[in-house]
Amino acid sequence: MEIWTLLTIFTLACFIGYFVVWGVTPALHSPLMSVTNAISGIIIIGALIAAGMETEHLSKNFGLWAVFFASINIFGGFAVTHRMLSMFKKKEKK
Amino acid sequence: MYEWLIPLSYLISGIFFILSIRSLSSPYTAREGNIIGIIGMLIAIGAMLFSSFVIDIKAPLAFILMGGIIGFYSAIKVKMTALPQMIAVFNGLGGLSAVLISFSELLGGSPSLIEISLGMIIGAIAFTGSMIAFAKLQGILPTHAITFKFQHIINLLLIILCTYIFLLFISEKEFEYFLWICGISLIIGITFVLPIGGADMPVIISILNSYSGWAAVGIGFSLSNSLLIIVGSIVGASGAILAYIMVKAMNRSLLNVLLGGFGNQKYSTLKENENKIAKTGNPQDAAFIMENANKVIIVPGYGMAVAQAQHILRQMAEDLQKLYHVDVKFAIHPVAGRMPGHMNVLLAEANIDYQNVFELENINNEFETADVAYVIGANDITNPLAKTDSSSPIYGMPILNVSAAKTVFFVKRSLGAGYSGVDNPLFYADNTIMLYGDAKKVTEEIVNVLEKK
Repeated sequence: MEIWTLLTIFTLACFIGYFVVWGVTPALHSPLMSVTNAISGIIIIGALIAAGMETEHLSKNFGLWAVFFASINIFGGFAVTHRMLSMFKKKEKK
Repeated sequence: MYEWLIPLSYLISGIFFILSIRSLSSPYTAREGNIIGIIGMLIAIGAMLFSSFVIDIKAPLAFILMGGIIGFYSAIKVKMTALPQMIAVFNGLGGLSAVLISFSELLGGSPSLIEISLGMIIGAIAFTGSMIAFAKLQGILPTHAITFKFQHIINLLLIILCTYIFLLFISEKEFEYFLWICGISLIIGITFVLPIGGADMPVIISILNSYSGWAAVGIGFSLSNSLLIIVGSIVGASGAILAYIMVKAMNRSLLNVLLGGFGNQKYSTLKENENKIAKTGNPQDAAFIMENANKVIIVPGYGMAVAQAQHILRQMAEDLQKLYHVDVKFAIHPVAGRMPGHMNVLLAEANIDYQNVFELENINNEFETADVAYVIGANDITNPLAKTDSSSPIYGMPILNVSAAKTVFFVKRSLGAGYSGVDNPLFYADNTIMLYGDAKKVTEEIVNVLEKK
């Protein structure tokens, strides 16, 4: 993609991030951090291309370890967010 | 394989991620939001795994499974008081992944040297910085600010050196230069977090969170991958905004936090306090006053969490509500915990109804009508000097207006100053009663008295 297209996407995404994050209630700032941990694990799709190479190559090994660490973030981040949010959920019934 | 499936999956998961964060605007929608985020992630990873880009699928799947088990296991095991450490580790791993991908790309012959380097530099700083933050929070390293001689000059030199080698690398394309940039960035991460003290941790964790996002943006640019750029920017913005909120809540500037060393210089406390006497009470008095009150506002600080007093605190609140029909509310200062929103989670974990929990700006006017303010494990966030003494290091910091309540109880171990090193004149006020002792034990005794009748 052309650099200008990427820069446009980048700038607009920053705006979206800015407005969406200000909308988060302060009580849920901790889950916000853990869920952003999880979704920043999306970097895994960059790693998968290298990790999925057919041949053994140093590049593939780096890719595989990146997949490994990003997976910790994804699974751990979503799971701990879920745990936290369940605590906030319980009291609604009262 | 249909080529348009990958960009479509990016579009969908991008939307899902935005919706997932958006849903955190209310606890009612938040849990569904997390599920939406998980679905978004599944779509993106699934589409990539089954695309023609990934030829060998077994090895990546095995590594996903390994990482997944470790991540999942630590997420269910972690104690909520240790949440900041876990987030710190996750921020660091995000950075580490970016570093590894940058190496992988470079070795694979990618030409986008500038983008790769930027992603790597930010990732490396996020990695080692987070490891130091983790070690401090975990108590492996001393939690106070660790300053060293010529600290700022050394940092500046490292940054200049790093920039210089970066420029060399993009002009001469020698792999060795890339290793040098990586090494220096790893060191910068360490020297950047070491001088930052314990109570500034909410800020530094937010900044490192932000970095893990910007590192993903760098990698996104190098791969021309729109989803990485979108998600990275949102994560980056999120961390930056949280850092801004935390800094505002302490009336500090970001620069002031980053330069570090806060709390190390001894601030000359008010000499006049030495002659004053703080009134001391016992749990029986406290129980008596609170059960006859109409409204009690509880102000928890991190000391409450350290003493593991949140469950007994909920018990006290419930007894007051049910047995004595007292209106009980909780007031939370933004920097009450060790990371943004930490105190809310700790109270929620103890089953305290979040509808009784209020943020600073929503409850500060209510102290005037409250009969009792029960301050437990908190100090600086109630210190009126923040309003009156312009020479104090906490001057200008928004505080919880506890002194407006008819009676203020301070549950504390001693009269010692808070993290900022500033004495709190509130201890010596006419309407303040000190309850010395462990936060948990004192509250337990109050509960015993409340339940006896």
